[in-house]
Amino acid sequence: MAHVLDPAQRALDDPCPPALIARRDPRLRIVLAGLFACVTVCLSDFAALGGALALAVLALTLSGLPPRRTLRRMAGMDGFILAMLILLPFSVPGSPLITVWGFTASREGLAQAVQIALRANAVILMAMAMVGSMEAARLGSALHALYLPERLVQLLMFTTRYIEVLREEYLRLRVSMRCRGFKPGTNLHSYRSFGHLLGMMLVRALERSERVLGAMKCRGFDGRLRVLDTYALSARDLVFGAIGVGLMLTLIGVQLRHGFA
Amino acid sequence: MHIVDGALSAPVLIGGAVLSAGGITLGLKRLTLETIPAAGILSAAFFVASLVHVPIGPSSVHLILNGLAGLVLGWAAFPALAVALLLQAVFFGFGGLTVLGVNTLDIALPAVLAGAIFRPLIARASGVTVMFWGGLGGAFAIAATTLCVALALGLSGDAFWPAAKLVFVAHIPIMMIEGVLSAAAIALIVQVRPDLFSTLRGEPA
Repeated sequence: MAHVLDPAQRALDDPCPPALIARRDPRLRIVLAGLFACVTVCLSDFAALGGALALAVLALTLSGLPPRRTLRRMAGMDGFILAMLILLPFSVPGSPLITVWGFTASREGLAQAVQIALRANAVILMAMAMVGSMEAARLGSALHALYLPERLVQLLMFTTRYIEVLREEYLRLRVSMRCRGFKPGTNLHSYRSFGHLLGMMLVRALERSERVLGAMKCRGFDGRLRVLDTYALSARDLVFGAIGVGLMLTLIGVQLRHGFA
Repeated sequence: MHIVDGALSAPVLIGGAVLSAGGITLGLKRLTLETIPAAGILSAAFFVASLVHVPIGPSSVHLILNGLAGLVLGWAAFPALAVALLLQAVFFGFGGLTVLGVNTLDIALPAVLAGAIFRPLIARASGVTVMFWGGLGGAFAIAATTLCVALALGLSGDAFWPAAKLVFVAHIPIMMIEGVLSAAAIALIVQVRPDLFSTLRGEPA
């Protein structure tokens, strides 16, 4: 769905043959990404964590996603998570490593920070490669096939459908603000103007939803979700799944060599 | 405000997931045929709004707006924000998978609380008091979210407490900005579409 925010990538009928991961069953991809996340957050051995990150990078190359941008998204974190990782070596007691302004960083703390960074990046990269590479509507129907509540899936599909529409509306409103000489700054006027912009977006979204509901009702919408995709696991899906599970078991094996922390 | 995978302890992750599942179920129960499109499209509006960068000094922050979401959506904010977090994780690489439950709880619970506390007050108020309660709701939700994030970190390990305190202090300016923005947004909504608050409760508009 990342294509919604990026016009250059919007072509849905891509002439290139679909990537290896894109041809696999969406349900399988979601389950594998979830399993991988659960396995990876339990790892603490550096060899195992390195292996997990390597697997995620391998998945990225098989996913057909643009590698540079995806890696940049993977590395992007909240400022406070970065602050947390930087603070960890100083707040975990242990053998001293380096002293900065009278504060001592410990080897154990540094190890913990690196472990968290490796886990976080491996999991999110795998999630983007396996799940983020599918169309948003496909994600909805696959989650439905995986027994997610019907209304939650409907909510997800509505959200993904209208993100692009509403973003265009937001950009139109911003252009009209610029036409009237609005320059954002750190002042009350700017914040109030942004607030009015958001309020207007919500009002327009509600009015749009009323029109959409009317149009859906006149086509017989009764609140139920009708999923058009049907899924069946092919022999290749089973092989792909087996390889994936096998690799995860290997990671667990490497970790067991050192014992779970 | 997205905690990443691999930082929290298993009890915190599981607790967050269970409580979030409960909140999502309650939120979905309030959705009817009539309100699904409204909740879905408003949820998309909040997704877009959270990508808006607002200047603060030489830098800029992106908004969370969970207070506003709670004021507008009520309990439906729970599933709506859960959906937004899932989409942000798999398509944009914010946050993570095993932390989805905790992140949803951190953001959606304050939203629902802000809605429950401040919506009745806004309904009864007029003029400047509407802005006051709206702004307080917006600021309250961010404050509660930072507290939840700090708590999730602190409960996972004592070594996280310094970072948890830092999170709270660093978010004080953001609380103020979100408060001002929510106040202005609520004032506009009350003026333009006073029925917007009642629509999602299934009452006739």
